[in-house]
Amino acid sequence: MAEKFDVIVVGAGPSGNSAAYTLAKAGLSVLQIERGESPGSKNVQGAILYSDALERMIPDFRDDAPLERHIIEQRMWVLDDESYIGSHYRSDAFNKEPYNRYTMIRSQFDKWFSERVKAAGALVICETTVSHLLLDGERVIGVMTDRQGGEIYADAVILADGVNSLLAKKAGFHPELQPKDVALAVKEIHFMPQELIEQRFNVKGTEGVVIEMVGKITKGMMGTGFLYTNSESVTIGVGCMLSDFKKQGTTPYALLEEMKAHPAIKPLIQGGEMKEYTAHLIPEGGYNAMPPIYGEGWMIVGDAGMFVNAVHREGSNLAMTTGMHAAETLIELKNEGKAFSAANLKRYQAKLDESFVMKDMKKYKNMPDVFHSNPQFFNDYPEMLSNAARTMLTVDGVDKKSKEREIRGTFRRRRSLFGLLGDTFKLWRAFE
Amino acid sequence: MHIVVCIKQVPDSAQIRVHPVTNTIMRQGVPAIVNPYDLYALEEALRLKDQYGGRVTVLTMGPPMAEAALRKAISYGADDAVLVTDRVFAGSDTLATSYALASAISQISKDMPVDLVFTGKQTIDGDTAQVGPGVAKRLDMQLLTYVSKVRSLDTENDEIVVERRSEGGVQVLKTSTPCLITVLEGNNEMRFATMANMFRASRYPVKIWNKDEAGIEDVTKTGLKGSPTVVSKVFAPTPRAVKAEIIQCESNEPGDLSVTLLAKMFNKHPKLEKEIAKRAV
Amino acid sequence: MSEETEAKKPAAGKRKLQLDESLLGYKGVWVFVEHERGAIHPVSLELLGEGRKLADMLGVELAGVVMGQPGDTTRSFCHEAFFHGADLCYLVEDPLLTDYRNEPYTKGLTDLVNKYQPEILLLGATTLGRDLAGSVATTLKTGLTADCTELNVDLEARSLLATRPTFGGSLLCTIQTLNYRPQMATVRPRVMAMPERDATRSGRIVEDKLGMVESSIITKVLEFIPDEMQDKPQLPFADIIVSGGRGMKKPENFKLIWDLANVLGAEVGATRPVVQAGWLDLERQVGQSGKTVRPKLYIAAGISGAIQHRVGMDASDVIIAINNDPNAPIFDFAHYGIVGNAMTILPALTEAFKAHLATARKAG
Ligand SMILES: Cc1cc2nc3c(=O)[nH]c(=O)nc-3n(C[C@H](O)[C@H](O)[C@H](O)COP(=O)(O)OP(=O)(O)OC[C@H]3O[C@@H](n4cnc5c(N)ncnc54)[C@H](O)[C@@H]3O)c2cc1C
Ligand SMILES: Cc1cc2nc3c(=O)[nH]c(=O)nc-3n(C[C@H](O)[C@H](O)[C@H](O)COP(=O)(O)OP(=O)(O)OC[C@H]3O[C@@H](n4cnc5c(N)ncnc54)[C@H](O)[C@@H]3O)c2cc1C
Ligand SMILES: Nc1ncnc2c1ncn2[C@@H]1O[C@H](COP(=O)(O)O)[C@@H](O)[C@H]1O
Repeated sequence: MAEKFDVIVVGAGPSGNSAAYTLAKAGLSVLQIERGESPGSKNVQGAILYSDALERMIPDFRDDAPLERHIIEQRMWVLDDESYIGSHYRSDAFNKEPYNRYTMIRSQFDKWFSERVKAAGALVICETTVSHLLLDGERVIGVMTDRQGGEIYADAVILADGVNSLLAKKAGFHPELQPKDVALAVKEIHFMPQELIEQRFNVKGTEGVVIEMVGKITKGMMGTGFLYTNSESVTIGVGCMLSDFKKQGTTPYALLEEMKAHPAIKPLIQGGEMKEYTAHLIPEGGYNAMPPIYGEGWMIVGDAGMFVNAVHREGSNLAMTTGMHAAETLIELKNEGKAFSAANLKRYQAKLDESFVMKDMKKYKNMPDVFHSNPQFFNDYPEMLSNAARTMLTVDGVDKKSKEREIRGTFRRRRSLFGLLGDTFKLWRAFE
Repeated sequence: MHIVVCIKQVPDSAQIRVHPVTNTIMRQGVPAIVNPYDLYALEEALRLKDQYGGRVTVLTMGPPMAEAALRKAISYGADDAVLVTDRVFAGSDTLATSYALASAISQISKDMPVDLVFTGKQTIDGDTAQVGPGVAKRLDMQLLTYVSKVRSLDTENDEIVVERRSEGGVQVLKTSTPCLITVLEGNNEMRFATMANMFRASRYPVKIWNKDEAGIEDVTKTGLKGSPTVVSKVFAPTPRAVKAEIIQCESNEPGDLSVTLLAKMFNKHPKLEKEIAKRAV
Repeated sequence: MSEETEAKKPAAGKRKLQLDESLLGYKGVWVFVEHERGAIHPVSLELLGEGRKLADMLGVELAGVVMGQPGDTTRSFCHEAFFHGADLCYLVEDPLLTDYRNEPYTKGLTDLVNKYQPEILLLGATTLGRDLAGSVATTLKTGLTADCTELNVDLEARSLLATRPTFGGSLLCTIQTLNYRPQMATVRPRVMAMPERDATRSGRIVEDKLGMVESSIITKVLEFIPDEMQDKPQLPFADIIVSGGRGMKKPENFKLIWDLANVLGAEVGATRPVVQAGWLDLERQVGQSGKTVRPKLYIAAGISGAIQHRVGMDASDVIIAINNDPNAPIFDFAHYGIVGNAMTILPALTEAFKAHLATARKAG
């Protein structure tokens, strides 16, 4: 006989775990289904954990969560072929507990989170793929898995199945994802002894460094590179829009290889041993590309709902917050004795509108378009900037004033002064 | 018919790294899996159960987290699961492990007599293939190692016929049950669990036994005390002093390779050239 | 030896090295001489070579243990043992020992050990050796170290230092059996070098009885199905091996490997993923969970050189690696490396060998 639950959560990433945890803690019967061998085994992330979202659900998470390093320094680099120009922001304020940002390794973090989900009372089943949703007319009444006797019923299904949510697409909740709305990111973890990391990045204890990179490394494509320090490894990766990869005909792997060979980056990972290579999509279409996020008996949370702030590289915190709000919505309705109908689930959307989630999504809604139609941000500027820096810093008998003139000249030659002004304005508008 | 399958949870050794400075094993983040060889034993047991009926109990000795391995076995269709876990077992070598497992199997058989004990060929961490023979001797059971196939089982007369891989071929052996069989890999493939068994596994109350519940009579035969072998040194293999000489060839033309590689190699290893010339056709 | 490795590390220091009075009588190094179908398994001869060294270090005799059906063949194995270094042989002849079975062999060997008390007992890590060693060690309640790659003795404690890979070969550990005798170890075929055969050597034969009747032996051999000799690759004893890995991409591409192997009169080997994909037979897997090989020449194409593969082949005299990734670990221990696409290099290499051998043969 088929089993029935209050809620089925599909996926055990941060969004699914947050939803399942919150629901189970409130006493609802929850089944969580994950296709990976264990929660986190399929998940890829840089990865930075922004603690506020997690803290709201699990205030004592720092006691036993597998955190790697807390970040005390953020570097922003603009690279051209052989040099980089950048800013470093390091502050002792980041060294005051409780820390706000950590590096983590998703496979371990997700597993830890899942243990908390189980302890809260949810039933977690792994190595099982939900193949489609069971529908009664418009209403979702359960899921079908790839196992024999795979149908399972529930009053509501939360889709936390990550970017490119096939389930919602199959059920016709939203159309195919557009290549211009997703970035393809590749990432490697290189093992490196702790002592070497401390020495190389000038950190001690659990202090860590994040480097964000733009410029020639993406070959004019819209994207960024990143390098994070973990306890005994370094994460390095790069991501660009899928549509750009298609246009350029490059592979992300080749891009990462070139990036690792860059003279500014190579010494940072030298002597490391590659432990893991993974590729993953990031939904970066922003607010304008968001699918509907609720309906009759279903809700979408996390990456599946395009909840990613590409500009600030935030994803997991939005995933957790949306997961939590979705769960809270169901808990409230259940307590009020109301059905999980689309009309009632609207409350989920309202909660998100109230929170930072929708506010941020709306704030940056024009960013993707700005970048798409203005490739110079990833192309010309990095080179111009670094040329400028080189000109200024090269001591060759030319006076600084002439140098400034020369730099202005090249800037103007490459992009008219009007264009420069326009770009600044566009960027400012988009950020605003 | 009652089959006990001994399984072990092991670190996925493909993912283990050695700390280059301290030379210790870095387990952090290394997933624990069911010893792959034990899955062949489990599947073979499940097939016999499908054919002859009865019960399959999985047994492991290990830390509390080894429960996950047992749960996995339940999801595949095992009926019952026993985890033997106690501080006294820490540091067990194969002799001490076989004592603990043998005691537990005796306890299990009080519930329902055990006809067959299955183990994997070997573990991927201990890699000794000794625990199976050890358990058999301690239980005074017939021992059949490297069994590739159970040909027939006569539950009436307590007889079993198996094919055993030996050095020069396959031995067909007949013996009486109860007996212990170590199952060779590659002759079956683990089934895909049903949804019902997945639910059963996640809810199943695995039996967790301490030393007394496992029927340990003599603690000095367990753990470090009961282990005649002692690891006196752990060290990293010395890396080869010189790395490969990379052959630079202008092209991959045979002529080029002849000059760049073969001439060079045979110059250094003249015996090798003769050896090859002698046998090659 | 997983959790145990770390747990036991400090213990070695604390545990007493002084042998109990009762164990002082255990003297001598023994090698179990394994034979099936009328021939000694080469691993036993390799072990006699190694045992000779240990016996000399300890200043004791090296003995072979030969068990089998009565007859000249069985007896001739004793002489073969002498030729390979043994001073004496314990010989148990009995019709019950015609085929290998655990029960009579365990009893026979256990009885010999109890009667003549060797301090070290070595066996090959074959299916027979592992079956027997595990049973004998448990019956005697002594320590057994499996799959050793190096044997040595601590003269002060007269203790066997058995070194073996652990954690899939990432580390090595040295294991001692303190205060239990005999100290037992198994060693894989081809790990130790084959000693020179010296047909002028001879030694004493000490005969003993098995003391069992067929009716007391529960397990019966119904049939023996020998492996077709031509079918079964003899990788461990091949002088030249051409191996392919996942980098060969498709099973069809293994033709390039076979072509080269044919020119060289070589055996074909493979990595585990290749075997698991069903491209080649399990018998051809080289490595930790496959065969240990020791050829004069090993050519590895499209193989990354993972530690589990490496431990099975890095005793090869000369290793040539073909890999398109200049950073592949295989280049860390190969002797010659060619960076490039195996699919184009293999045929070129085949042609190069062909041409070279043709001229070499003409000249020689
Ligand atoms: C390279 C990279 C770097 C990033 N860096 C950061 C960062 O530094 N900070 C940050 O906050 N965010 C970062 N992100 C974004 C962040 O990882 C995601 O936003 C976040 O993981 C979304 O969580 P989720 O739970 O919605 O989806 P996921 O984490 O993708 O989880 C979805 C889960 O559902 C499972 N699943 C999918 N389909 C099915 C099915 N049919 N049946 C069963 N299970 C299914 C999957 O196996 C998976 O476990 C990064 C992303 C990438 C790719
Ligand atoms: C418990 C355990 C036991 C194991 N036992 C064994 C064992 O006995 N034997 C064994 O082999 N493995 C064993 N393994 C597996 C081992 O860890 C490795 O996974 C395996 O050896 C890798 O095989 P590979 O080199 O063929 O494949 P990969 O690691 O995938 O390497 C393929 C290589 O081919 C190269 N390549 C790709 N394309 C080309 C091309 N066109 N031309 C040239 N080169 C190319 C790549 O650069 C790469 O280096 C074991 C693992 C475990 C966990
Ligand atoms: N701790 C353990 N618990 C249960 N079974 C074990 C344990 N250790 C070994 N075994 C079994 O014995 C077999 C041989 O193990 P090993 O001697 O370590 O190679 C394994 O395949 C398992 O079936």
